[in-house]
Amino acid sequence: MSKKDLGLLILILVVGTIVAIINPRFLLPINLANTSNLIGLFGILSIGQAFVIITGGIELSVGSVVALLGTLFIDFIAVRDLDWPLAFVLIIALGAIIGLVHGWLITRLKLQPFVVTLCGLLIYRGVARFYTADGTAGFAFGQNFPELEFLTAGRSWGVPNSFIALVVIAIVMWVVLHRSVFGRYLYAIGKNEEAAKYSGIRTGRVVMAAYVICGVLTALSAIYFAMYTRSISPASHGQFYELYAIAAAVLGGFSLRGGEGSLIGVILGTVLLQELQNLVNLLGIPSSLNFAVMGGVILIGVLVDQQWGVFRARRLMVDAARKNVAGAAAE
Amino acid sequence: MNYSDTSITASTPFLSLENVRKTYPGVVALDGFSMEVRPGEVIGLVGENGAGKSTLMKILGGVTTPDTGTVTVDGIAHDGLTVEASLGSGIAFVHQELNLFENLDVAANIFFGREPLRAGPLKLVDRARLRTMVAPLLKRVGANFSADTPVAALSLAQQQMVEIAKALSIKARLVILDEPTSSLPLAETDKLLDVIKALKADGISVIFISHRLHEVERVADRVVVLRDGMLAGTLQKSAINHDQMVKLMIGRMLKEREKASEAARAPGAIALSAKAVRTPAYPGRPVDLDVRRGEILGLAGLVGSGRTELARVFFGIDSSLGGALELGGKPLVLGSAADAVAQGIFLVPEDRKLTGILLDLSIAQNISLPNLPAHARRSLVSASAETATAEKQKTNLGIRAPSVQTRTGTLSGGNQQKVVLGKWLAMNPKVMILDEPTRGIDIGAKAEIYGLMRALADAGVAVLMISSDMEEVIGVSDRIAVMHEGQISGILDKDQFSQENVLLLAVGKQPQ
Repeated sequence: MSKKDLGLLILILVVGTIVAIINPRFLLPINLANTSNLIGLFGILSIGQAFVIITGGIELSVGSVVALLGTLFIDFIAVRDLDWPLAFVLIIALGAIIGLVHGWLITRLKLQPFVVTLCGLLIYRGVARFYTADGTAGFAFGQNFPELEFLTAGRSWGVPNSFIALVVIAIVMWVVLHRSVFGRYLYAIGKNEEAAKYSGIRTGRVVMAAYVICGVLTALSAIYFAMYTRSISPASHGQFYELYAIAAAVLGGFSLRGGEGSLIGVILGTVLLQELQNLVNLLGIPSSLNFAVMGGVILIGVLVDQQWGVFRARRLMVDAARKNVAGAAAE
Repeated sequence: MNYSDTSITASTPFLSLENVRKTYPGVVALDGFSMEVRPGEVIGLVGENGAGKSTLMKILGGVTTPDTGTVTVDGIAHDGLTVEASLGSGIAFVHQELNLFENLDVAANIFFGREPLRAGPLKLVDRARLRTMVAPLLKRVGANFSADTPVAALSLAQQQMVEIAKALSIKARLVILDEPTSSLPLAETDKLLDVIKALKADGISVIFISHRLHEVERVADRVVVLRDGMLAGTLQKSAINHDQMVKLMIGRMLKEREKASEAARAPGAIALSAKAVRTPAYPGRPVDLDVRRGEILGLAGLVGSGRTELARVFFGIDSSLGGALELGGKPLVLGSAADAVAQGIFLVPEDRKLTGILLDLSIAQNISLPNLPAHARRSLVSASAETATAEKQKTNLGIRAPSVQTRTGTLSGGNQQKVVLGKWLAMNPKVMILDEPTRGIDIGAKAEIYGLMRALADAGVAVLMISSDMEEVIGVSDRIAVMHEGQISGILDKDQFSQENVLLLAVGKQPQ
C-alpha cells in the first residue's frame, strides 16, 4: 500500500469516527450493510473506469450504459422470460461490445476518448428511454428469481453479496493491474504511448482491451444496480454515475493524464465517496447539498495531495542543501 | 597569452568571469573558472557533458548565482546576475531545444509579449508596424523566408534564425548558442555559421557551444575548453584544431577513429532489403536499399531528406505505400512496430525522451518492456527475471546508475541511450537501426556507442546508422548511402568516402 493510499485510508477512518461520534447510528449493522452494498455497486463501476483512465482515456458513457443495460436486463428476465443466466451473459456481452466499439473508434479511427464516450452518453440514454417509451422497466408483482436475488441483493454472514463481489473482482483486477504483463503495458501506455509503441507493444490492442474491461465491469454493475433498485426509469437511472467513478479514481490518486494510480486507491476513493453520501444523510445536511459536499471534499483532497507533493520536494532540497553545508564544514 | 595579433583585443571585455565557483549537493560544477568575452568576439565553448557548460550558462542567464567569484558585464561587477540583469545587459540565449510557438508566424514569435499595439482600449496588435519591425531583423540573419511564414513550415536552421532574430530584437550584445548545429545537416550548418559571422561583423559577441569540433574550428576566434568544472585551456585562433580540443576536453588523446581506415570487410549476405519502398513523406519516390549482415551502413542526407521516415517504415511504424520489404530474402510484411520487433528488426529512435525510453520507468522496466512475456510466468511479471536481464545489460554497456531500479529520467543522455540499446541487445537483433544515436551525448559515451555498433556488426547484425554528423558517418560506416529528397542519391564505398562526396550526393549532385 502506497503512502497516498494510506493517507486516504486514514482520512476515511477519521471521517468515519467523527460521523460515528456525532451520530452513533452510523455504526448500526443496517447502516453499514447498506453503505457497503453501495460501495460494492459503485466500486465495480469505478474499477472499470480506472482501467480506462490509466491509459490516459476517459469513459463518460458508463452512467447511460448502466441505464440501458439495466433496462434491457430487467426487460429480458421480467418481460421476455429469458433464463436469468442467459440474460446475464447477454448483458455482459453487450457491455463488452460497447467497450470494443469505443476502443475501436479511439484507437483505430483516432477519435478522442472524451468525444466518443460523450456521444455514447447521449446515445445510450436516448436508446434506453426510447426502448421503454419513456416508461419504467420493473418486475411484475410476485415475480422473483431467488438465486439471482441472493447473488446480487442478498447477504452472506450479514455482508452484502455485492460487496463480496467487489472484493473478489478487486483482488483479480489488482493482480491484472499490478502484476501482469498487460498491467505493465497499461502503465507504459499511460506514461508515454509513443515510447510504448516504439518498444514493440501493440498499443491499440491494449487500449481497446482497457475499454472492453470497462464495458464488462460496467455491464456487471448495471445488473447489480438493476437488481438493487428493481425498477428503472431510464430518464434518470444511473445519471452522473460516470462522474462518481471518475471522482473515485481521482480521489484514489489517478491522474487523468494516465499512467498513475493504484487499484487500492480507486477502491478507497469509492469508500470515501459513499461515506460522504452517508454523512450527508446522517448529519441532517440537506440532501440538496449532496453534490456540493462531494465536490468540495474532492477538491480539498486533490489540493492537499498536490501541496503535500510540493512541500515534500522542497523539504528534500533543503535537506540536501543542509547536508552539503554540513559536509563542507566537516572538511 | 598573446592577443596582439587581433584587432579586437584593444577593446575592454563585454563580459568577464573571475574565479567563479558553483557547487551543487555532492558536486563541484564550476571551480575557479575565469573567462573573458570581447565585443565582436566568437568564443567556442567546448567540453564533455557534465564539464560545467550548463552551469556556466545558468550563471550567465541569471538562473543561478555563483557561490564565489564575480561576473562583470559591460564594466559592472556582480556577485551574481539576476534574470533581469542578464536580459537588461543584452545577453541572449538560443537553446538547443528551440522555444518557438510552431502555430504562430515568424513575426509573432520574434515579438511575442512585446507586440506593438494600436491605440485604443482593445490592445489590438499593430500588424503593419510589427512587420516593419521584423523585416530588418530577418535581413540581418540572412533569412530567406518572410515574416508571416508559420514557424511549423520552417526548417530547423530557419527556426534557429528566428531565435537569433529574436535575440537581436532585444538588442543583444552577446548571443549564446547552445548546440545550435547538433540537429542540422551540413548545408544548413553553413548558413548558421554565416549568421554567426554576420553577428561578429556587427560587433556582437557570440558564445558558440558545440560538440561538433570542426564547426568550432571554422568559426571561433578563441576556444575555451572546460573539463570537470575547471578551465582546461584556452586556444587562440591559430592554435585551434580538432585534436588539441579533444586533448584538452578529455585530458588525453583519443584513438577515436581507430580501425576506421581498416581495409574494407567482405560484405555479408543481404539482411534487410527495400524494393521500391515509398514512405508517406515522399510517396512519389521509391527507395531501393540493401543492408548487409555484418556491416554498418551509414545513412546520410539533409534533415528532411526522408531518412527517419524510411527508418519508420523499416520498423513498421509507418507502412510503405508501395514496393516490398525483404528480410533475409523472404518477403517481410510489417503492420506495426510489434511485427518488426518479432522479426528482430530494432530501432533506436531519434528522439530518445519521446520515443526511446519511458522516463518514469526504471532501467529494468525499460529494458524488459519489448520482451516482457519472456520475463513473465503465466502472464505475471517476474521482477527477478527482469532484474537479472537488466543487470546483465548494465554491466555489458557500462550504464552508470546506482541500480537497475533507478528511474531512467534521472540518468544522463548517454546513459539513457545505453538503456535504449540495452533493451534491444537483450533480445536477438538481426537488423539494428540507429537514428542519430550520439546526438547530445558526450565524447566518451560516443566512443562507447561506436564500439557497440562495431561489435554488433562483427557479430553478424546488419547495422543501419542515420547520422547528420559528417565525422561520424565517415568515421564509423562501412558504406554510406546518401538520401536526397526522399530517394537514395548514391552509395559510397569506403574508398570513395569524403565530406565533399557525401555533401554533393546530399544536395542531389553526383560526386566527382
